Amino acid sequence: MDYLLTEEQKMMQDLARKIADEKIRPVAKELDEKSEFPYEVMKALADSDLFGVYLPEKYGGFGGGVFELCLITEELSKACGGIAVCYAASALGTIPILIMGNEEQKKKYIPDLASGKKIAAFAVTEPEAGSDASAIQTTAKKEGDHYVINGMKHFITNGGVADTYVVIATTNKTKGARGATAFIIEKGTKGFTFGKKEDKLGIRASTTTELVFNDCKVPAENVLGKEGMGFIATMRTFDASRPGVAAQALGIAQGALDLTVKYATERKQFGKSISNFQGIQFMLADMATEIEAARALVYSTARMIDAKKNNVAGASAMSKMYASDVAMKVTVDCIQIYGGYGYMKDYPIEKYMRDAKITQIYEGTNQIQRSIIAASLIKESRKK
Amino acid sequence: MLNIVVCVKQVPDTTDVRIDPETNTLIREGVDSIMNPFDMYAVEEALRIKEKHEGKVTVISMGPPQAESILREAISMGVDDGVLLSDRAFAGSDTWATSYTLAKGIQSIGQFDIIICGKQAADGDTAQVGPGIAVHLNIPQITYVKKVENIENGKITVERLIEEGYEIIEASLPCLMSVVKEINEPRIPSLKGMMRSKKAQIKTIRADDLDVKSEYLGLDGSPTQVVKIFSPPAREKGEMFTGEVSDIVEKLSNVIKEIK
Amino acid sequence: MKVLKSIRILEDKCVGCRACLDACPYNALYMQGKKVKIDYDKCTLCGACISKCKFEAIEMQKQAGFESAVSLKEAMGVWILAEQKNNKVQSVSYELLNKGRELADELKVDLTAVLLGSSVKQEAQCLIHRGADKVIIVENTILNHYQSGPYSAVITEIIKKYKPEIILAGATTIGRSLVPRLAIKLNTGLTADCTALEIDKKSKLLLQTRPAFGGNIMATIMCQKHRPQMATVRHKVFAEAKEDENRKGEIIEEKVSSELLNTDIILKDIIEEIEETVNITEADIIVAAGRGIGSRENITLIEELAKALNGAVGASRSIVDAGWVPYSHQVGQTGRTVCPKLYIACGISGQIQHLVGMQSSDVIIAINKNPDAPIFKVANYGVVGDLFKIIPALIKSIQSSSE
Repeated sequence: MDYLLTEEQKMMQDLARKIADEKIRPVAKELDEKSEFPYEVMKALADSDLFGVYLPEKYGGFGGGVFELCLITEELSKACGGIAVCYAASALGTIPILIMGNEEQKKKYIPDLASGKKIAAFAVTEPEAGSDASAIQTTAKKEGDHYVINGMKHFITNGGVADTYVVIATTNKTKGARGATAFIIEKGTKGFTFGKKEDKLGIRASTTTELVFNDCKVPAENVLGKEGMGFIATMRTFDASRPGVAAQALGIAQGALDLTVKYATERKQFGKSISNFQGIQFMLADMATEIEAARALVYSTARMIDAKKNNVAGASAMSKMYASDVAMKVTVDCIQIYGGYGYMKDYPIEKYMRDAKITQIYEGTNQIQRSIIAASLIKESRKK
Repeated sequence: MLNIVVCVKQVPDTTDVRIDPETNTLIREGVDSIMNPFDMYAVEEALRIKEKHEGKVTVISMGPPQAESILREAISMGVDDGVLLSDRAFAGSDTWATSYTLAKGIQSIGQFDIIICGKQAADGDTAQVGPGIAVHLNIPQITYVKKVENIENGKITVERLIEEGYEIIEASLPCLMSVVKEINEPRIPSLKGMMRSKKAQIKTIRADDLDVKSEYLGLDGSPTQVVKIFSPPAREKGEMFTGEVSDIVEKLSNVIKEIK
Repeated sequence: MKVLKSIRILEDKCVGCRACLDACPYNALYMQGKKVKIDYDKCTLCGACISKCKFEAIEMQKQAGFESAVSLKEAMGVWILAEQKNNKVQSVSYELLNKGRELADELKVDLTAVLLGSSVKQEAQCLIHRGADKVIIVENTILNHYQSGPYSAVITEIIKKYKPEIILAGATTIGRSLVPRLAIKLNTGLTADCTALEIDKKSKLLLQTRPAFGGNIMATIMCQKHRPQMATVRHKVFAEAKEDENRKGEIIEEKVSSELLNTDIILKDIIEEIEETVNITEADIIVAAGRGIGSRENITLIEELAKALNGAVGASRSIVDAGWVPYSHQVGQTGRTVCPKLYIACGISGQIQHLVGMQSSDVIIAINKNPDAPIFKVANYGVVGDLFKIIPALIKSIQSSSE
């Protein structure tokens, strides 16, 4: 398929592929085993200017958008879904500043995030507030020219390694979702510490931790948008970032398929390559087709968001849901083609399956995505 | 301010080169041309010297017009200029004619303080062109450099890899050095660099632009000639040891005993 | 300057058999109808196609070019450039003497060895015992260690004086730094890394065969109109010449003028890294590790096996890049080329870049979990299995048998 990429987009893609092949593939297995953050890969991505591809030029970016972010995330995920999410999660933490921040905030925070000098994280989830973002317990109380934050976030990707955090806390519990407010909080702020580091099934090179706020004083100027706009900030961020998760799933699926096709041509049984068997061929053909369909959906959605179309929530949810379901199915089938070897950790393929699983869960489970898709369908039909 | 010249060569990507198991011949379809992997270390070292001491890095290559792509690749890593020596008159050059042509090309660019080459080219593996250039230009030569220790007062101090360890060598500039893989880890280009390289002007130099004698160029200037080319004899099919670990170990021990 | 189209297809002779198409390493030949055509943008005039054409339908014209410092008519005798370290002749020199003797006998000429150093007269005698008819020695403290400037100046001078027709040298760090300089200074040709050398029966010229394209192709090269014909030879490709203490020969002491000894570089220090398991180019047995050893810690298992066999430890690129083993152990295209008597590849899949560095080993044993690993294609003996079970048992077996 030709998605008619521009010269520049092709260049970015090539560069990301080069980093994936030269910097990620050699370390993916080890970082997965040891559950270690890929500092060196992050540095390589920063040195290559890739943290800024989706950010405006006036803040030190390259003027691209969500589509460019997806291209990079997809390429990195082909080599390791865990390392790719460290990159993508920084974008997830940067996007709310970009879409909700005032000029001063953008000028202060985005250039360092665009250059990769700093890494960002987005903190919404709490033990009692997973898919239900309105049940947030972390509080922010205004005292003079600052807020005092108390509470805990968990399952935060890039927690502990990120420098800049966008944290959702409630400034008015009685208002539910409309009482949520978004804050920019920097690492090192007094009263802000990190709790438990999670031991995960997949994406193990990425760091997932708790954030702990204990009378943490944050200047009032760090509020993103206005008080009470935290829920909107979250929804709009996820609308823009879901194609990124979809791109991660897409990359994982494609990466697994590429390895599997190669394996199928090398592996011999009954005196010939197993790729000669129709049973294997049909599986490969189905996988390739489903991946391509997912790609078309992801790319179209990303381009829609970049063109600033309204009502992207449905498309955004579709791309995330479909691509992640495809990734799960494809990686399971890839292991099947590898046979017994595929089940062993000596071979790279089982990791793809472990990495794929999370894409069906985070940034809204696929059940939530279906709700969003249905809601937007119903909304559309009422308009008519 | 140092003027650094890096010599690079375009070679077939040997990671793509495969042997057809049925016919035992080389599969050449789809083999990309890339920058000689050893030259990447030379480019990187030049950039590091430039970053430390200030200067200008020029890459030079002799090859067909399409070799321009490796010069652009070097520019995307941060090199300032690219020069391509390209002319049918250079075709058929062996290492003698190649080092002569490159030496003349380097002289035509102007001032130079350090010339850096990769250890050898991955297609020919001869490692002759670097020393050849040094002789043609009558400058000191240091091969197998694994570390640049210091550059000051017109002198360079390096560590040179030898079989037993390494030597510490000092030479006055200008000089030529060839570098080994151990010296550094080449950087990946930046997006800014790649955009610059797309627009960069590559200077193409033809034989007429150089102060050269035609009897030293190309096929005529090459004392050696390939007279035959053939596939290496295929290795005999090996024997596979199977069974219990103890059986396998016994068989292996017997093989080893026979050799020792 | 003229546009060179020095190669052409003689259409009346070409029968369209396509034999030349397969021989071209650059894909520069193609069929147009029933005749072969040359893509001049791709052709590098390497000449590989010419010998493949049974119908003499490819013609390459070469102009006279330049003349070598040693004239064709006068050149006579076979030389080897002996190598010494700490005034001790290196074993590669004995390998050169073996091949050199064969070539000299075939041509019915003398075999001469050249040896530079600070005090090498004793060693010169060893070269005679191993087959040299004459040894030319140059002694000077400056020549104690190899240095490009003085070594190439001195040897160029004595070559011009004695005019040999063939010179062989080792493709060692010294040889590969020195001999290219001689070739340029003497206006003659040089073929690096030869694996076979013989005299062409008809022309009496030296046929120099070497691997190219990472060992996927063998090329035979000749130096027809320039003398001396020079070749470097990889260490351990030829056997050492046998010692015969009764052999007699002549030692010629050459004095050279001091200006030849001027050096433009200063050798400030030599740091020897003494680690018995490192010198993989000298080792008769190499035990090499790849990704399959799983982790950095497991390298000790490989070291133990190497120690039990009195061999050296080799490594694939991937584990060197991962920082498990220093670069000095790396075998393969970007590392060192080795040809030991026995190469044991443990957990190495056998990427082409690795294979080119070790496939000329006498015997290759491969141990790998994956039965489809390419390493088995070059292995004389293969074991599909768990190296963590096999190697410890193998170490025990070797240790018990040597007790």
